[in-house]
Amino acid sequence: MLPVIEREIVHTRGWQSEQEFIDVLAVAQSSPGAIAINTAIFTGYKLLGLPGVAVATLGAVLPSFIIITLLAATLTATTPGPIVLDFFKGIRPAVVALIFAAALTLGKKVLVDNFSMGLAAVALLISLNSNWHPAVIIAGAALFGLVYHYRQRRPGTSP
Amino acid sequence: MIIWELFVSFFRIGLFSFGGGYAMIPLIEREVVRNQAWLTAQQFIDILAVAEITPGPIAINSATFVGYKMGGLFGGTAATLGVVTPSLLTVMTFAFLFVRFNGAPQLKAALAAVRPVVVVLIFSAAISVGRLTINDIRSAAIAVTVLILMLRTKFNPILLLLAAGLVGIIIF
Repeated sequence: MLPVIEREIVHTRGWQSEQEFIDVLAVAQSSPGAIAINTAIFTGYKLLGLPGVAVATLGAVLPSFIIITLLAATLTATTPGPIVLDFFKGIRPAVVALIFAAALTLGKKVLVDNFSMGLAAVALLISLNSNWHPAVIIAGAALFGLVYHYRQRRPGTSP
Repeated sequence: MIIWELFVSFFRIGLFSFGGGYAMIPLIEREVVRNQAWLTAQQFIDILAVAEITPGPIAINSATFVGYKMGGLFGGTAATLGVVTPSLLTVMTFAFLFVRFNGAPQLKAALAAVRPVVVVLIFSAAISVGRLTINDIRSAAIAVTVLILMLRTKFNPILLLLAAGLVGIIIF
């Protein structure tokens, strides 16, 4: 989705420079939630304040909302025949493969040093052996990152 | 009250998913399948498939679908509002802070620790949905083929899903 957003905001509309767009992306990726929605919120905010946020968010959400609502309405109103059932039977393992592929591709980019691999190993042990909510594990990691940041800085800051 | 529960569940999903798209899958699975039992694991994967094939962010697509299924049009609206609200609150705050404090090193430090953990959570989600879905040689063959094609070629994932569906019609 990002190339579409970039073309629209930077090139077609000229609302932001390339550099500003990179800042927008940094914020969008650092915030929780869908990156496309976050980009819309930030761009709307910068251009027009709160009304801009409202309009841009609606614009980003409505197409999905309408399409999915229509689809869900159709799917729940009809009983699927055997062909549709087999179609979904074929798709399910493919979806699992897509999730695996995403984890592997992300992992290659993110697991690059002892710090990240150590954290990943601990997270793997916790997620396989406990019933902790993913949110708890994520919040724990964020907290650890902050503590680690301050511990690393302390020896270097004294002149 | 299902409408309120949908809002709260998807608010929680929106609040704790860093990294967009796939990072949300483990959270959605936990809330919707395990905690609330709104969907079976099979139904959850079917919704993921629909969310992948249709345009738009996976988070919005699955929120709208689950919400509609559980509570009609109001349910869909509540779940979608729920998943978007944390973004609204944090992006506006972060946008303000980020511009002000030049990239906020604390934020970067916290995210550096969150990213590897998110990868692991996506991996575990794949295992837990895979365990239920990949249960014979045919489904395993589809999964392995798609995985290899995803990693080695530049095929569009939507195309791969549709092809897998067609193969399903033939072999099942």
